[in-house]
Amino acid sequence: MFFDVSIDMRVDDHAFALEFTSDAKLTALVGPSGVGKTSTLNAIAGLLRPQSGRIAVAGEVLFDSAQGVDLPPEKRGAGYVFQDARLFPHRKVSSNLAYGEKLAAPDKRWITTDEVVSLLEIGHLLDRLPVTLSGGEARRVAIGRALLSAPRFLLLDEPLASLDESRAETLLSLIERLRDELDLPMLLVSHSSAEVERLAGRVIEMTPQKPA
Amino acid sequence: MLTPAEWTVVALSLKVSLVAVLVTMPIAYGLAWVIARRRFPGRMLLDALVHLPLVLPPVVTGWLLLILLGRNGAIGGWLYETFGVTLVFNWTGAAVAAGVMALPLMVRAMRLSIEAVDRRLVGAARTLGASPWHAFLTITLPLSLPGIAAGAMLGFARSLGEFGATITFAANIAGETRTLPLAIYTGLQLPGAESAVTRLAVIAIVLSLGALLVSEWLVRRSQGSRAHVL
Repeated sequence: MFFDVSIDMRVDDHAFALEFTSDAKLTALVGPSGVGKTSTLNAIAGLLRPQSGRIAVAGEVLFDSAQGVDLPPEKRGAGYVFQDARLFPHRKVSSNLAYGEKLAAPDKRWITTDEVVSLLEIGHLLDRLPVTLSGGEARRVAIGRALLSAPRFLLLDEPLASLDESRAETLLSLIERLRDELDLPMLLVSHSSAEVERLAGRVIEMTPQKPA
Repeated sequence: MLTPAEWTVVALSLKVSLVAVLVTMPIAYGLAWVIARRRFPGRMLLDALVHLPLVLPPVVTGWLLLILLGRNGAIGGWLYETFGVTLVFNWTGAAVAAGVMALPLMVRAMRLSIEAVDRRLVGAARTLGASPWHAFLTITLPLSLPGIAAGAMLGFARSLGEFGATITFAANIAGETRTLPLAIYTGLQLPGAESAVTRLAVIAIVLSLGALLVSEWLVRRSQGSRAHVL
């Protein structure tokens, strides 16, 4: 099983429960905004702690409140591509890319900077600072940064949001290539059904829940 | 221009302020980080205590330092008996007084710049494999650097002007604790020292204005870069 998630979440005033398993290479999490899709990604990445439950990805338990397991984010092996890219503003693109790579154990790395640069076509951006990038460029760099950190799985938060049609199409086919060429479970958050139909092997619908 | 005795005053002032700022800087940054980033009971109290030297009469701060760090004081007595170190009535005492008085201003500047660092960047660093400490060193610290520099300059300017706590705690000893403000005060007590007072006052104005301008420039720069933090 790639993703095995069963959690009770409380974020500020909002509470929800979510339970799903998936062994598709790419699983999509869909639902209206505010339903808790991003919070779910944060919980899987270890940036938010669920009230209770269990999270396992590709056979490794990342969180289990019953067993007292709660791995810190840096031990989870998540390649998290944030919706706002979240590049480090004081580092050039090349240094953003290198950030996670340097921290990964050499024997865990499975892709090189050169491969990432040519796959994402970001060679001309390496010397630039993140402020100077367009939304699509920043997102490509963010994907590269995540891939280079030697992740065991990818989390993609609205990877195509706020991109014009041609750029969205480029990124969409890129995600298809990642899905088909890499041995890497992916969980994608989206509100676009077209995107989801084309990419996902399995779709998880999240619906608003009344507080218990 | 200046007499050798006046040069001594200027050099001592610079030494005292520099040491005060360098020693206070890591303490101020630590306090700023805790107040900006941690939520714990007593945070408000800590914040208030840090600000105390800003609102207390400096003489009272000096008196408190005397009680704590004087040779018979709770900490001072221990320092003297264990290490033979005395802080009262020498230049290190003047540096302690200046550092304590500069602390609130330094914490304020640093805290603002730490709060301006997007916490989600730290989260991103963690998912990329960074330990909390590594994320702090590579993200929070460099992004709050303008605030550190601005805080240091403000603290330096405040230290140069320190009078009340210094004269109470470290006394007014020529060549030891007589910094610029104390020398000016001493000059005002003596007949015929008007020109010396004027020269020292001009130097004090130039040094303070310079430090303030540099810190203002640094703050502006940090606000400019804050707008770029996405």
